[in-house]
Amino acid sequence: MGQTLIEKIISKNVGHPVKAGDIVTVNVDYCMIDDIMVPFAVQKFEEMGFDKVWDPDKVVLIYDHFLPATQVDDSRHFRVGDEFARKYDIKNVHRTDGICHQLMTEAGYVKPGHIAFGTDSHTVTYGCVGAFSTGIGYTEMAGILGTGQLWVKVPETIKIEIDGTLPGNVTSKDIILKIIGDLTASGATYQSIEFTGSTVEAMSVASRMTMSNMAVEAGAKCGLFVPDDKTCDYCKIDYSDEVKELVPDNDASYSRIIRLRAEDMVPVMACPSLVDNIHPVSELAGIKVDQVFLGSCTNGRLEDLRTAATILKGKKVAPFVKLIVTPASRKIYREALADGTLEILSDAGAIITTPGCGLCCGRGGGILSDDEVVVATNNRNFLGRMGTSKVQIYLASPATAAATAVAGVITEA
Amino acid sequence: MSDSFTAKIWVLGDDIDTDIILPTEYLAMKTVQDMKPYAFSPLRPELAEKIKPGDMIVAGKNFGCGSSREQAPEVVKALGVSCVVAKSYARIFFRNAINNGLLLIENQDLYDEVKEGDVATVTPGKSIEVNGKTYEIASLPDNLMDILNAGGLVQAMRKKNGLD
Repeated sequence: MGQTLIEKIISKNVGHPVKAGDIVTVNVDYCMIDDIMVPFAVQKFEEMGFDKVWDPDKVVLIYDHFLPATQVDDSRHFRVGDEFARKYDIKNVHRTDGICHQLMTEAGYVKPGHIAFGTDSHTVTYGCVGAFSTGIGYTEMAGILGTGQLWVKVPETIKIEIDGTLPGNVTSKDIILKIIGDLTASGATYQSIEFTGSTVEAMSVASRMTMSNMAVEAGAKCGLFVPDDKTCDYCKIDYSDEVKELVPDNDASYSRIIRLRAEDMVPVMACPSLVDNIHPVSELAGIKVDQVFLGSCTNGRLEDLRTAATILKGKKVAPFVKLIVTPASRKIYREALADGTLEILSDAGAIITTPGCGLCCGRGGGILSDDEVVVATNNRNFLGRMGTSKVQIYLASPATAAATAVAGVITEA
Repeated sequence: MSDSFTAKIWVLGDDIDTDIILPTEYLAMKTVQDMKPYAFSPLRPELAEKIKPGDMIVAGKNFGCGSSREQAPEVVKALGVSCVVAKSYARIFFRNAINNGLLLIENQDLYDEVKEGDVATVTPGKSIEVNGKTYEIASLPDNLMDILNAGGLVQAMRKKNGLD
């Protein structure tokens, strides 16, 4: 019996063949702790009695959820992190560079075939480069800090094969929203998802990131893409034989195979307040919105900002709408500044903020109140996520978000 | 933990979520001991009082689904439950349980064939015997057994570091 991609990645890590259901101890290539969880992980690490971090160069601390600080106690998290980094010689500390899940691949840490864990559920994002990465609790993170290892159960795999050419107004965000709607929010629980087919092969790594990022919204443990030459360009590595081995075998065993045709897809949205409450944008057209958010680890990349700029060029955001644009990292911010994207967005009336997680997790600028409607490109529309529990959050692609910002009502791009 | 033990069975259903195991309103209580009376209260308010140390829980599929609250396995452990046997577990609950020293066993048949009040003999990593029938169970790797035997991940690491 052949192996799935997740079985290959874990087999390579542990040095012997594994199959779904096996429980094995893996060696961690990178671990990431975000600012929210730093004090808790540090406390558990100390309770465990470790006197050193297993490999300081494999630990990455990223301040993003609380940056810039909006509550008086937030900066304590930065101080605890800085002190921990000083004490244990951790040099990989990103204090103002952007969102953790963007930086872990962009800044050159996680590469194809790696195994990485983070203290945030959207750690699944690094599946976009063919790495196994997933979210864990802070107690387990403390154990990793001391030992460099973690036990995992090798998951079964759902294979999702998407072939064909997407309609012009359909993006990878629409695809993953449709998949979550079809699978339901628990339909992939514990499983790995493998995204394959000509549609995803044609996608940029940035588009793939959006899909890996949201795999967890169907309950998945990870959402993987086979690394290819585009992946290697992005990761600044050679497309070597070692990378080429990271493909599922033809006779691999899957718990389920789903086939989708790109031509059948339409722009969709996740409606309040469940990520699997998916409807075509055309059915929702005309709903008046108060705010549009373009950003987050799901859709704050350069191609997302450019898509929005193409739609917003020479136009104005509807006067009663606040369009908030948050690039996912400083690198993206500077690229969008250099190529004129930010100028177009600013001319259209967008509020452009510093990179971070703030609004997506309900902490930063742009919090909404009762009965307000927001169209947002992030990944969760749970009750209370971006303000009060009566805020209506619709999740959409950057194209839908931009078209909606101009019209002031939900609009298909 | 590798020695056999006998346990009285309590039977719960499919999809026992973490809100059933411990509702949100009790999560912020100071200690797990304070939370104990409210375990399983949405489903069976009397259960927490009836479960005696050493008893076991048998359930259907997807035990522990829902939120990541670590209080859920902590409160089951605090009730003195010796082990949970279910058809399957939600991912985060499974990890949190092991890390809090709660033994979880996967078995597809037991749930359909036992009733509440039956007494089982459990030999971790080998078998469960109940009503004259033996159910084979998979063994957990030594490193997971080390965590369980130590009483959880923090304690296991303390032991590893020569502190306890």
